[in-house]
Amino acid sequence: MSQPDVILKAEDIHKSFGQVEVLKGISLEARNHDVISILGSSGSGKSTFLRCLNFLETPTSGRVTVHGEEVLVRDGKPQNIRHIEEIRARLGMVFQQFNLWSHRTVLENVMEGPVHVKGESKAHARERAEALLDRVGLAERKQMYPSQLSGGQQQRVAIARALAMEPDAILFDEPTSALDPELVGEVLKVMQSLAAEGRTMIVVTHEMGFAREVSSEVVFLHEGRIAEQGAPDEMFANPRTDEFRRFIANAM
Amino acid sequence: MFELFSYGDAGWGDEILRGLAITVQLAIVTLPVGLFLGFLAAFASMSKLAPLRYLGFGYTTVMRGLPEILTLFVVYNGVGLLINAILHWWNPEASPTEFSPFAAGVVALGMVFGAFAGEVLRGAFQSLDQGQVEAGRAIGMTERKVFWRIRLPQLWRFALPGLGNLWINMLKDTALVSVIALDDLMRMTKVAVGVTKQPFTFYLLACMIYWAMCVLSELVLARMEKRANRGIRRAS
Ligand SMILES: Nc1ncnc2c1ncn2[C@@H]1O[C@H](COP(=O)(O)OP(=O)(O)OP(=O)(O)O)[C@@H](O)[C@H]1O
Ligand SMILES: [Mg+2]
Repeated sequence: MSQPDVILKAEDIHKSFGQVEVLKGISLEARNHDVISILGSSGSGKSTFLRCLNFLETPTSGRVTVHGEEVLVRDGKPQNIRHIEEIRARLGMVFQQFNLWSHRTVLENVMEGPVHVKGESKAHARERAEALLDRVGLAERKQMYPSQLSGGQQQRVAIARALAMEPDAILFDEPTSALDPELVGEVLKVMQSLAAEGRTMIVVTHEMGFAREVSSEVVFLHEGRIAEQGAPDEMFANPRTDEFRRFIANAM
Repeated sequence: MFELFSYGDAGWGDEILRGLAITVQLAIVTLPVGLFLGFLAAFASMSKLAPLRYLGFGYTTVMRGLPEILTLFVVYNGVGLLINAILHWWNPEASPTEFSPFAAGVVALGMVFGAFAGEVLRGAFQSLDQGQVEAGRAIGMTERKVFWRIRLPQLWRFALPGLGNLWINMLKDTALVSVIALDDLMRMTKVAVGVTKQPFTFYLLACMIYWAMCVLSELVLARMEKRANRGIRRAS
């Protein structure tokens, strides 16, 4: 049987910065509706791996396949930048620092991709953007600028911005790590609702609760390799490696 | 006293106004030329190609090192000679043309403006929030879209104060072209002083006009900065 529902596949991804090999061969497959949490201590390569998936970093070697189409890389450079741009339009990304465009209003942030990447009409994009902002609970703030919002609100706008592209999967890089503790909940709630409606998500996180309760699969990175991988219940109940055992002990 | 400033043969009002018009024209035509050169210099000095980088830095240091008036003479005389040499080589029959003082002024002031603007723009490009640039890429924008929709609009925020200073400097430097016989505000003032022997009156008038142009520029710049800073929380 072929694999009709594999959205994203990474095989044996290596990444070096200069002499330092940060990723030492990571493979991962995301099927439709998967929610994969990537855990690991600081510097283990989580962000780098995530950024290799949409080619914000180019892997030194390895293969990334999106919807069965391999992204060709030669001599450390993508062969076809158009293909990369298409892939990025289909993979949403949510950053730790939100990275909203500070010169545009909340509504304009959410409309930007549909209008200027997908070529949707402004009227249509506005209608959808307003619905998405309503969904993340920020309909009333659509005319504000990002700097006028709290971190939690900014991150919810960033999620709406990613959703506006109607992505096949969304990559999250520590979406709650820059937030004050009391604002973490509102963002996690939105993410949980995305998981509940069957969105495919790859989430780098330090939120053990999210990894355990919401995700369908957990991947634990250690020094650029996958040290442990599996269903969350099983993994948290019976850690197989010392590293993961220590990691959860520290996190609890 | 009033007939001094009146129009017509008796007064100097029309001459001074014509001079002012030339000064303003010169500054306004120089601005886009200088900005264009500034962007070229900024891109060159940030280029991955070493020769382009050297070219960019070379241009900047040379222009910064020369007194403006020297640049003006070099452009006026040198470029005029060059044009005539090329013209002669192309068609030995052609009669030598004059390189107009206005064109020389635009080129010289534009080159000076461009060198300093290049530094301002380079600094502004480097101050941009890389995360917002990545957010553009991550949503599937081409590099061109990222430039026009994210980098450039945000660039003004960092570049406007510096460019505003350069504009005001350039506005005043236009007075230098009076030495190559362009009938700008400065030269007309000198002519009026020479004829009427009333230096105090006419120099004071020129001071007030230059100063008024600066104040007007500052008002416009303040508005532009406010616009560019929309949505930015000020550290206050
Ligand atoms: N652009 C870069 N140039 C050089 N080294 C880099 C670069 N990006 C990351 N690194 C290095 O790669 C290693 C892995 O970084 P990465 O950001 O992927 O870790 P992480 O697991 O996301 O950590 P954190 O939890 O702190 O975000 C680190 O040692 C980091 O210093
Ligand atoms: Mg990280």
